Amino acid sequence: MGIAAEALKDFKGFNPKKLPEVEPLSPGHRACQGCGEILALRQVLKALGENVIVASATGCMEIVTSPFPQTAWRVPWIHVAFENAAAVISGVESAYKALNRKGRINQPDVVFLAYGGDGGTADIGLQALSGALERGHNFIYVCLDNEAYMNTGIQRSSSTPYGAMTTTSPPGKKSIGQRTWKKNVAYIAAAHGIPYVATASPAFALDLMNKVKKAAMIPGPAYLHIYSPCPTGWRHETDLAIEVARLAVQSKVFPLYEVIDGKWILSRKIAKPKPVSEYFKVQRRFRHLTEKDIEEIQRRVDEEYEELLRRCAMSGEPEKKEAEEAKED
Amino acid sequence: MGKRVGMEVSIAAAEVVGLCDVDVIAAYPITPQTHIVEHLSELVADGHLDAEFVPVESEHSAMSTCVGAAAAGARTFTSTSSQGYALMAEICYIASSLRLPIVMAVANRALSAPINIWNDHSDMMMARDTGWIQTVAENGQEVVDLLLHAYRVAEDPRVLLPVMVNLDGFTLTHMIEPIWLPDKDEVQRYLPPYKPQIRLDPRNPMTFGPVGMPEVYTEAKKAQDEAMNGALPVIVEAWQEFEKQFGRSYHPVETYKTEGAEILLLTVGSVSETAMTAVDKMRAQGRNVGLVRLRLWRPFPAKELVNVLKTAKAVAVVDRAMAFSTRSGPLCTEVKAALYDHGVSPYVQNYIAGLGGRDVTVEDFEMMAAKTSDGLAKGLPMGYEIVNVRE
Ligand SMILES: Cc1ncc(C[n+]2csc(CCOP(=O)(O)OP(=O)(O)O)c2C)c(N)n1
Ligand code: SF4
Repeated sequence: MGIAAEALKDFKGFNPKKLPEVEPLSPGHRACQGCGEILALRQVLKALGENVIVASATGCMEIVTSPFPQTAWRVPWIHVAFENAAAVISGVESAYKALNRKGRINQPDVVFLAYGGDGGTADIGLQALSGALERGHNFIYVCLDNEAYMNTGIQRSSSTPYGAMTTTSPPGKKSIGQRTWKKNVAYIAAAHGIPYVATASPAFALDLMNKVKKAAMIPGPAYLHIYSPCPTGWRHETDLAIEVARLAVQSKVFPLYEVIDGKWILSRKIAKPKPVSEYFKVQRRFRHLTEKDIEEIQRRVDEEYEELLRRCAMSGEPEKKEAEEAKED
Repeated sequence: MGKRVGMEVSIAAAEVVGLCDVDVIAAYPITPQTHIVEHLSELVADGHLDAEFVPVESEHSAMSTCVGAAAAGARTFTSTSSQGYALMAEICYIASSLRLPIVMAVANRALSAPINIWNDHSDMMMARDTGWIQTVAENGQEVVDLLLHAYRVAEDPRVLLPVMVNLDGFTLTHMIEPIWLPDKDEVQRYLPPYKPQIRLDPRNPMTFGPVGMPEVYTEAKKAQDEAMNGALPVIVEAWQEFEKQFGRSYHPVETYKTEGAEILLLTVGSVSETAMTAVDKMRAQGRNVGLVRLRLWRPFPAKELVNVLKTAKAVAVVDRAMAFSTRSGPLCTEVKAALYDHGVSPYVQNYIAGLGGRDVTVEDFEMMAAKTSDGLAKGLPMGYEIVNVRE
């Protein structure tokens, strides 16, 4: 049995009827109305509870939760810079290891969390993240993927999806918008051979929280890639973040899966997928795309989903059925 | 009791850091610093030192790891040079602003381009406004002593600032010197166990590094400036305690044969030892020359410096880094400002010497002293010269 499977032997999921009441990330922050990213972060913290230390990358979630003298954090939290949350948490975790071993503290159960946006994860912070994953620190890294640099005003990142409009990938006579396909950071994390990688979405809150809980139980590094709609940047209505997040999963644009000890497991099989166009329709960042563009994107989305299914099949893990899973959401 | 050993200075530096019972060491190799962290990794590997050795993937992450570890209440160490310092600079500002007592050895080396691994003070000077305390060693013994002193100062509740100990690359790092290495008990007597006042602790949650809006940023910087100024007497006090225990004395500004000197050379770092030889030689020839060595670069001991310079007729300031187009090296610029502030105006001549590992010889110092004396006598304009340039 692998490290992760061993640690998860007695795993019990959250109860849909009774969720944890703790709110380590408290209300009173300054995120935009309807922000999907803050919602995802709140779910992460609810799942982790209060025995946690958090390192934040620069970005929306840092700015909106910490303008001095107000803080939205009821747990210890540190922000250092944009690209180094993984390196900072490496230091925190190493300090706890040393101080516990030397008998100067007795706090062996603290959970270490680092989070960053897609810019702080897929681009400028990728090196520090890779270093921390490779060194095997016992921490959880969460990428809150809103598919652009939102804090600085909706610029493209390498995690911006093909065709999307941002302020540095504007559509025009000679441009479709974002010209490159979305970088797959979860795959990159998995390639490090760490015990746990998962994708999650705030629209599937129980699934997300259970994955966070698993990540905390497993020794060693864990990586979670969380889909985080941004009404401001995606140009969708402020009451639609959950809807948009759900459509992304249902249209196979953002499939949910886990990689446990290198075994790929689909969290939900999308038996009756919705067309990508339906997901696109509710956001204005894709409005300029032609039908032909969307067809092309649909083809590639289908292809990638098939590829993911193959990985799961090769791992030989039984897939969960959408119907079974639907109950818990 | 400690012992006298013949040891490479880098190894001695690592040994003393080990004796300081550090908890977390972040390490990334760069010449000429590498031997320091290599030896620390050996100490950890052999079980002589109980610390987490974190072999990070860059200097940027080295400093980030130190910041995280120090914020969590650990005693931390890292070491770098040149390009490595430049890469970590972003986080160095944050380390001092968060008031974290990190200690770093910087094996001074020139910056690219052209790429050059040899010694000058470009990295030390680049670091001057990061809010770190900076001391400078002249020989191997001083490296050991200053590292021990660094933790004592950094962790003093009245200070809580990171400290950089500068040692010249190769001319110190790679030299084997006789060094008096203290033992564990002696170190512990001088350096009490680190007790952080605040730390990242779920039982007492705090927010570190929040956003500072315009209405608080200036005040935060002023508080930092006050902390830096307030560190000066604590640094001196820690040196006095050091002298009491170990018998070796250190001062922010140190002098050599300055009694009655009309011309004073002003140096930083290991060239000072060559400068001393030059002063001996010139004194023997009846020339009224003395030497002033700056031991403490930050906080800048302006008053102490002016005090020793004010009786001289002329000062030859020897810089080992460039400040392009200002016609004054970084050290000289500050010396002139300090003199002006205190209403003292000797004749000041600035020399840029020893860039990228170029030797600075006894003859060079003789030349600088003679030129300065000549300029003073002839009433030539005060100036600036990059010495020994091959045209
Ligand atoms: C070294 C550095 N470069 C640039 C910035 C400016 N900056 C701050 S946040 C940010 C973008 C954040 O985007 P992302 O990580 O995707 O997070 P989001 O705000 O979208 O949640 C940028 C470019 C910075 N703080 N530091
Ligand atoms: S810009 Fe987007 S991600 Fe940032 S706070 Fe607003 S809605 Fe959330």
